[in-house]
Amino acid sequence: MSRDHGVIIAGAAETNSVGKLPDYSTLQLHVEAAVNAVADAGMSMRDIDGIATVNAPGPVQVAHALGITPAYMDGTAVGGTSFLLHVRHAAAAIRAGYASTVLITHGESGRSRVGTSPFPRGLSSIPGQFEAPYGTVGPTSAFTIPVLRYMKEYGLTHEQLAYVAVAQRKWAARNPRAMFRDPITVDDVLASRVVAWPFHLLECCLVTDGGGALVVTSAERAADFGKPAVHVLGTGESMDAPMISQMEDFTESKAFRLAGRAAFAEAGITTADVNHLMIYDAFAHVPIYGLEALGFTAKGEAGAFIADGNTEPGGRLPLNTNGGGLSYTHTGMYGMFAIQEGVRQVRGEAAAQVPDVDISVVVGNGGMFATAGVLVLGRQAR
Amino acid sequence: MSAPAAATRASAKPLPEPTPETQPFWDGCAAGELRIQRCRECGKPYFYPRPVCPECGSTDVEWFTASGRATLYSYVINHRPARGFEDDGPYAIAVVQLAEGPRMMTNLVGVPNTPEDLILDMELQVTFEQRGEISLPVFTPAGAQQ
Repeated sequence: MSRDHGVIIAGAAETNSVGKLPDYSTLQLHVEAAVNAVADAGMSMRDIDGIATVNAPGPVQVAHALGITPAYMDGTAVGGTSFLLHVRHAAAAIRAGYASTVLITHGESGRSRVGTSPFPRGLSSIPGQFEAPYGTVGPTSAFTIPVLRYMKEYGLTHEQLAYVAVAQRKWAARNPRAMFRDPITVDDVLASRVVAWPFHLLECCLVTDGGGALVVTSAERAADFGKPAVHVLGTGESMDAPMISQMEDFTESKAFRLAGRAAFAEAGITTADVNHLMIYDAFAHVPIYGLEALGFTAKGEAGAFIADGNTEPGGRLPLNTNGGGLSYTHTGMYGMFAIQEGVRQVRGEAAAQVPDVDISVVVGNGGMFATAGVLVLGRQAR
Repeated sequence: MSAPAAATRASAKPLPEPTPETQPFWDGCAAGELRIQRCRECGKPYFYPRPVCPECGSTDVEWFTASGRATLYSYVINHRPARGFEDDGPYAIAVVQLAEGPRMMTNLVGVPNTPEDLILDMELQVTFEQRGEISLPVFTPAGAQQ
């Protein structure tokens, strides 16, 4: 198979519901998503010869639970963007002939904590020695630290930051599966509880249960399935630093920039070709960093770009159209849900469907600006 | 605050567990010095402790005592306390830039932890907070006496 040989996403599905699911274990969420995605592709588990997911439960447990003996396993676990990297690695494996059809699963009981591993403490780890002693409490108190520096350097206002949540709620209002759908205003956001100043509750993602899965296979088989094929036109991955304090530049994401550059180069596209965009939004500032890192706006202008309505319904660059991690769902490793919405938009089956999506770009974050993955998804092969 | 109350709080806060490559840093803190590393080939000072220069890849690196001067690079004021921080009220989790260049996470003492009092780029100096067996570097406004 040549390097030019394309791959497609032939199946994509989420768990039957997302939100608060205390009756599901983490493994059950993987299994239900996997069964749904394989059915969506019109395949059976016997067609799957590759598996990719994050520990725990990890590829061995998930494959075994599904009765699959894979010829290819990927346990890449670099945070919430891991599933974008799984797509990238699956594309390479399929091109290399290591596998023909790879199943990528995500399931996380992030809210109900059923069948989850305890959060590792690790006070001898590098973050355990040099960040935890200062009272960090997960991402809310650390992922958020760079934004004050950005605000000082580029004049982003508290109102513009708050508007990111307002714009995404407008999309969520159109999505019946979204956890929060009622319209909100900038005043509502700024009046919500302070979590880690300058961040308020409504500028922080949800914490939910749910799962999703993808079936990736060769583009030669694009006509074989019930749903329109979604072509994987370009992919990229990169990293910045393992701790927020060591992020190279607090005003820009190196990982987003480098992963985006690789994905756009492979796909042969520019920002002008993009009809739909998903940017992992664990917190309200992340889409701002994503828009700038991928060149959709100049540095320092993304806050105003969003506040001017460009990314909301009716705007010229629809962004986070499922409502995002801020309003739709956020299990902890959100990247799978960003891919799912990109696939739905390219297929034309999204709840808040954007007209004529030829190219959707998905930008995933891992850790706290630690890693990034970018996918360029298209309706046609190139 | 009374000493026993402070001791109780300190014992509940996360206590770093030094590893062989970080031990010189923590030994420095115990001696009241902020010791970090620098490359003997390219001269780059760096933090966190590790045996390879992040700039040029050399393993010819050395420890030195930093000035302890820094500026406030960025922060949040955390309203959902970590274990052991419950009695502190909202507290700043800050990243400071050392005069020598590297950045590190820290807490800010000797100054109210409010947006009005914590101004980016304000000048700071290191001081040390005893927590169990560990002396933890924290920062205070330059000129303030701890």
